[in-house]
Amino acid sequence: MDAVPILKLGSTLLVSIQVDLQDQTALQLQEDLAERITQTGARGVLIDISGLEIVDSFIGRMLSSIAGISRVLDATTVVVGMRPAVAITMVELGLQLDGVKTALDVEKGLRMLRPADTTSPEALLLGLDADRA
Amino acid sequence: MTAVEPDAAQRLAIATDGDVVRVRQAVRALAQGARLSLVDQTKLVTAASELARNTLIYGGGGEAVLSELTNGRRTGVRVEFRDDGPGIGDLDQAMTDGWTSGNGLGLGLSGARRLVEQFEIDTAPGAGTRVTIASWSR
Amino acid sequence: MPGADAARLAEILESRRADISAAWLDAVITELRGRTTRSEAEREQGEILDALVGGLRHGGLRLTDPAFDGLRGLLADLSATRARLGFTPRETAVGVFALKEGLYTLAADEQGTGLVELMSLVRLVDDLGLFTFESFAAAREAIIAEQAEQLLELSTPVVKLWEGVVAVPLVGTLDSARTQVVMEKLLQTLVDTGSEHAIIDITGVPAVDTQVAQHLLKTVVAARLMGAECTISGIRPQIAQTIVALGIEFGDISTKATLADALVAALRANGTAKSAIG
Repeated sequence: MDAVPILKLGSTLLVSIQVDLQDQTALQLQEDLAERITQTGARGVLIDISGLEIVDSFIGRMLSSIAGISRVLDATTVVVGMRPAVAITMVELGLQLDGVKTALDVEKGLRMLRPADTTSPEALLLGLDADRA
Repeated sequence: MTAVEPDAAQRLAIATDGDVVRVRQAVRALAQGARLSLVDQTKLVTAASELARNTLIYGGGGEAVLSELTNGRRTGVRVEFRDDGPGIGDLDQAMTDGWTSGNGLGLGLSGARRLVEQFEIDTAPGAGTRVTIASWSR
Repeated sequence: MPGADAARLAEILESRRADISAAWLDAVITELRGRTTRSEAEREQGEILDALVGGLRHGGLRLTDPAFDGLRGLLADLSATRARLGFTPRETAVGVFALKEGLYTLAADEQGTGLVELMSLVRLVDDLGLFTFESFAAAREAIIAEQAEQLLELSTPVVKLWEGVVAVPLVGTLDSARTQVVMEKLLQTLVDTGSEHAIIDITGVPAVDTQVAQHLLKTVVAARLMGAECTISGIRPQIAQTIVALGIEFGDISTKATLADALVAALRANGTAKSAIG
């Protein structure tokens, strides 16, 4: 099973899940992301799940874990593009995405991540480029 | 759900991660064919995913038997998960939200039950587990 | 059925067809006066008799036999048409049961139609009648289901109020099925229009029970999972009392007295988001 590619866009890491994930691939993605956040000093992680037909408890837990890991590494996670049927099913299943921010689409998700860049104390005090990494 | 005879059955082994994905995809295809609404399809596939993973992790592997159902105007899909694993001792406890014997979220059985129209479980310590779910077109 | 020979039954029906048809037709016309024309009834009966005789010739004795496939199809179509035309169950069933009137003419004749044959035919007509009735009921159910679905679609419009704000004004009694349709439609509209605010207005809803309240709450939670905020507006005093009395937890879900208040709040939230972006 191929790994899910992680793209870097400024200080944001972008992941678009396009295939039905095997549990192993999901765990791999979680590890890869932790690695890349530290490597790149990314401040935001954007995960596009518009390609996912279901989010079961395993994938739900993966999303929560990624959000938790990035928070510890000082990055914000936004999950975007959840389909209505998936959201309804998750509510019925009793699945919550603890600590995960959500947005309707990639554009709105990026908008949520951007303020963190420009208002970071470093950027304000030292006038450093937020996209230093 | 015994009153309705399945039209055809399809058996899938559950022995690896990849098999769980294959069960999901096969259930999705059947649910589409049975004209379940998009939300009901999604619920059924999600329930199947939870149960297939249970079969793999707690049952030590097993199989899924998928069948199409008809009952008058309505069409449906039934999936049976079987394993010869250790079985479940305290079923009431296992069906409680948040209870888990592994490291899951504990939503597997109780959650899956809420996602489908029909849910039956047959298990005993040492006798394996058999979970049957079914959903119908509206 | 011992003694009843299908071929022999076909022969009886064929040889006495004129008498049977006449008595049958008279009975139907008396019963269905004004509902159907004589020529139409005659045509229908002709088709049924043809199919019945045909089935008997192929060895069928019970309506469930494969030999009667054609007859069952014919009866099903006929019943479905009648259901659509608004025939009563009695009017539909009588069209078939009146065939017995035709069969009774056989009992009165001297050509030696045996009791066994007659009973077999009467029994077959009972089967036809029951089958007709079942088909009629199934057709009516299908019609009702269809109408319920159309009504559901009609009664749940999701409207765009402003850029980024959609609303669904609910009017009338909410049941689980309808609330579920609303929920799905509203969430889909959020995606289609890229709206981050939804308003569910329940001014026109007379009562809310636990299940409906749960569905509304689930909609709000699902919208949040997708990245949108939902406001419930127009909660009438009685409903507010019910919600509290039922112990339903609205938690941090935002509620507003009127649709207008909800719109202002949504626009304000939109504005804050925009100014925050700078």
